[in-house]
Amino acid sequence: MSALEFRDAVVRFGDATILGGASLAVEPGEFVSVVGPTGCGKSTLLNLAAGLLMPSSGTVRSLGKPVAGVNREAGYLFQGDSLMPWRSARDNVAAGPIFAGVGKAEARAQAEAWLERVGLHGAGHKYPHQMSGGMRKRAQLAQTLILDPPILLMDEPFSALDVQTRLMMENELLALWQGGGGGGARKTVLFITHDLEEAISLSDRVVVLSAGPSTRPIAEFAIDLPRPRDVAEIRHTPAFQTTHARIWDVLRDEVLKTYRRGVAA
Amino acid sequence: MISVYRVALAALLIGLWYVGAQTGVLSPLFFGHPTKIALQVVDWFRTGEIYPHLAVTLTETLLAFASGTAGGVLAGLWLGLSPRSLAVLDPFIKAANAMPRVILAPIFAMWFGLGMGSKVALGFTLVFFIVFFNVLQGVREVSPVVLNGTRMLGATRAQLLRHVYLPAAMSWVFSSLHVSVGMAFVGAVIAEYLGSYRGVGYLILQAQGVFDVDSVFAGIAVLTACALVLDTIVTLAESRLLVWQPRADIPRDS
Repeated sequence: MSALEFRDAVVRFGDATILGGASLAVEPGEFVSVVGPTGCGKSTLLNLAAGLLMPSSGTVRSLGKPVAGVNREAGYLFQGDSLMPWRSARDNVAAGPIFAGVGKAEARAQAEAWLERVGLHGAGHKYPHQMSGGMRKRAQLAQTLILDPPILLMDEPFSALDVQTRLMMENELLALWQGGGGGGARKTVLFITHDLEEAISLSDRVVVLSAGPSTRPIAEFAIDLPRPRDVAEIRHTPAFQTTHARIWDVLRDEVLKTYRRGVAA
Repeated sequence: MISVYRVALAALLIGLWYVGAQTGVLSPLFFGHPTKIALQVVDWFRTGEIYPHLAVTLTETLLAFASGTAGGVLAGLWLGLSPRSLAVLDPFIKAANAMPRVILAPIFAMWFGLGMGSKVALGFTLVFFIVFFNVLQGVREVSPVVLNGTRMLGATRAQLLRHVYLPAAMSWVFSSLHVSVGMAFVGAVIAEYLGSYRGVGYLILQAQGVFDVDSVFAGIAVLTACALVLDTIVTLAESRLLVWQPRADIPRDS
């Protein structure tokens, strides 16, 4: 049984077909990245898996069950700031357990432990506007992982960070993921990015989406680079560069299509 | 340095007024006399005559503020979350807001009598719309990312209301606190002035009736002082309640 399974998923808004029959399966514990040109509907795929959006036709299954309404088995790391600005870092992280009915004191204790694991020890009293972009991402990560979801959906989570912070966060994400990120089995990760290097260095498999409209997966590549990986160093290995060249061959055409459409429009 | 200029400016204006009144350039019948006004204020507080009136005016202000805010928050949340109701009610809300509401004072006096009720009612209509429009805006501008993020954390609809919509709306309410407290005060005083048997507005009305312009100015001075105190309290409350908001530095005198 796949952790996530899209079968002929179509998403239409009015006359526009965003997703045109996407089929994709992600196995339990697998780290899959989806790359594609800007604006091709990558986030739409994630929103389907999250249950924030229903397909116009086709099916989406999560751990074998059809997704109907918010997917409680999935945690979502957004590209933008999803922290509640009126709550401190600690209370943001404690929010999930509190929604689930855990007592306040217990939830806060769990939150403190998670803040420490993502490197925010002693920053629990800070409000989002008092934290740097990197700190906010860490808090978001803790907020998601505290609920220990078997599936992690990530929508270009590090794209707004500077390069150094980004490499550091990618390494920490891999460490958390390999350690099971909470204790149990490895989580299934569906990671959206437009950065091919990021996709290759993190993933077990990279899926390339076609240019929009009517986007769908057109190719996929297994990444058999050894783990544990250092995302900064692995980029310089010959194996990485060969893989990069192979995927870029496919991706480039789609990027060019999008680019030409943009110029023509 | 700035405070020195401020004191100097105040002294200059009052000094000019004093000289004008003393020499007769400013007719004391119309402009009063600063010394007499000051003595009247002191006298009110010394005899305690002002306290019951002040208490009435401040109670009306507080009740108008509390009821107007509560009403505005409830209506704003409801219509912010129910676009269909908002679409139906929109023209009525616009009409009610565009109407010069001070003109309702005589009607409220007929409905609720000359006591506190009619003053609170007028203050309510003034505060309600300020809070209502701010909450409406707050609910509509809740970040969709925060909303989806909170939903993904398993929040129910009730939890979304309590943990996302309400705090988002309250931040807008607080940002309009200065205006709404001021409006509650204006509502109370105006309604008193238009018909009452107690309150500071009533004192001013009585004094005006006998051409006692010094007492009119004394009443205005007391009201202004009260408004400043209320504003200071609001500023203090704000800095405590909105710690989570990034704040542009308020220029301070050194």
